[in-house]
Amino acid sequence: MRYLIKRLAFLLFTLWLAVTLNFLIPRLMPGNPAQIMVQKLVGEGPVNPQLVRAVGIMLGLPRGTLWHQYGLYVYNLLHGNFGVSYTYFPYPVMTVIAQALPWTLILLGTTTIITFILGTALGALAASRRGTWFDTTATITANFTATFPFFWTALMALYVLGFVLHWFPQSGGYDAAMMPQWSATFVLSAVYHSVLPALVIVVTGTGGWLFGMRNNMIHVLGEDYVRLAMAKGLPRREIALAYGARNAILPNLTGFAMSLGTLVGGSILVETVFSYPGMGYLLFNAVGNSDYPLMQTIFLFITIGTLIANFVADILYGVLDPRTRRGGVSA
Amino acid sequence: MRAVVASLVSSFGLLWSNWRARLGLVMVGGFIVIAILAPWLAPYSPTSQAFGRMLPPSAAHLLGTTQLGQDVFSQLIWGARTSLLVGAAAGGLVTLIAIVIGLLSGFLQGWVDDVLMLLTNVALVIPGFPLMIVLSAYIPVHGVGVIIIVLSVTGWAWGARVLRSQMISLRSRDYVASAEFSGESVLRIVFREILPNMTSLIAASFMGAAMGAILGEAGLEFLGFGNPQVVSWGTMLYWAENSSALIAGQWAWIFAPGLALALLGVGIAFINFGIDIISNPKLEA
Repeated sequence: MRYLIKRLAFLLFTLWLAVTLNFLIPRLMPGNPAQIMVQKLVGEGPVNPQLVRAVGIMLGLPRGTLWHQYGLYVYNLLHGNFGVSYTYFPYPVMTVIAQALPWTLILLGTTTIITFILGTALGALAASRRGTWFDTTATITANFTATFPFFWTALMALYVLGFVLHWFPQSGGYDAAMMPQWSATFVLSAVYHSVLPALVIVVTGTGGWLFGMRNNMIHVLGEDYVRLAMAKGLPRREIALAYGARNAILPNLTGFAMSLGTLVGGSILVETVFSYPGMGYLLFNAVGNSDYPLMQTIFLFITIGTLIANFVADILYGVLDPRTRRGGVSA
Repeated sequence: MRAVVASLVSSFGLLWSNWRARLGLVMVGGFIVIAILAPWLAPYSPTSQAFGRMLPPSAAHLLGTTQLGQDVFSQLIWGARTSLLVGAAAGGLVTLIAIVIGLLSGFLQGWVDDVLMLLTNVALVIPGFPLMIVLSAYIPVHGVGVIIIVLSVTGWAWGARVLRSQMISLRSRDYVASAEFSGESVLRIVFREILPNMTSLIAASFMGAAMGAILGEAGLEFLGFGNPQVVSWGTMLYWAENSSALIAGQWAWIFAPGLALALLGVGIAFINFGIDIISNPKLEA
């Protein structure tokens, strides 16, 4: 229980910090969104202060003291009011994000689980067959794929599998001729369009888990109880699975935060390459169009999603490993 | 000083004796040589627009030319400088921050440890790449220097955590206790007595940080959030993508910078693999 409260307190603290960071970054940084927006509206012509103020009011730019602004910001946040998007004016940011969020949640959720399972299984196999051709091939291949830049793998996959071979569509999240709806053909089209982005994320993301699992398991296989199990004459398979993998999987989970961070960053690049209608591509467009409210809200959503995913992983870790709850091993 | 040099030479020898590390050192060393000799190795100036536009690979232009008529091969060679500079500078800064925070937090424990670890855990869970994008969107000046600073601010948490746990296991050693009893200051104990015993771990976290920085910089520039006028592998990919190089059949223009990035990354990973095996011989495949 104490462990749960501690993790929950950390989650709430990081959430508050993310919200505050999101509030402070634009205010501490140089540059004036209204000025930029006016420049965009009037082109190269002269800009007078009245116009800047008028645009500021139209876009709902903050006025008043910093504390007042902060209070208003938190109030709006709690009411799901994130302002108006500059690019999709006059649509509220929330409407724009609501359309992109499911795409990324499904893409990242599925690929995170697949990379974890695949990497852990391959890592366990490599460790239990240490020194064999499988081990060498797996570690060296993982070494390569884990260092490939996400966007480059994406470009190559796009070129070979999409452009040259025409096996998969080259961009978008669904057939451009369709409207998003809950029908079998639409879902099929969406899945078909997601195969390449997902493949790229899985290929690049699996290596890290593989290494972590292999190293942990080799460590575990050197323990005395494993030697005892071998002396007892237990089958190799049972030792590898029930003694080695089972104990190595938990420490591997501590790498979740870092792995998720890499995946979230990578998915922004992958989504951009494939023009996938998720949060990453939206963020890319928002920055390109100086759409500050949209950009900041996306950042907030990505951060909150990451924080919650980490919280869930921590809780899961606590449930699976009683030692963490007592605060003994908290790597 | 001589002792430091001698220990560096002997640890280099140890690293060289591992085939993976040796391969990695040769690869990274090769890139460093290319970067230093860029003005002599590159057939043309990387920014000269004197050639035909979007030419396919040929004897005169090994990797073709860009949409502005620049030689892709020359850009590839000059681009090594940017990536290595970013890797070394951001990797160095990240490692420095990680060392200071990780070691002090692990050694002092108590409330300092609590505060620093809270900071580290926060920095660890806040997604770095989106933060980089948002920060770079607000900074009006775009350039390699800004990217290095942004990468350093966002990338130190993992190293700090690893170094802290190593510190905790080292600080209970007898030589630390005797240094404490002889009245040495905290800073001296941490940085003069304990730090030298963590060389391999620090080298590994420098390599990891450098690789993260190189990929981060390339990613930012690929999205066009750096300075697109700088010659680097990331901006090459940005211009190639924006000029529809793949559809125009200019595959070499996209393939080459990405492969260079991947090879540099693999080289660094191999060195790290070697360091790992030397400091933990159990892992030898």
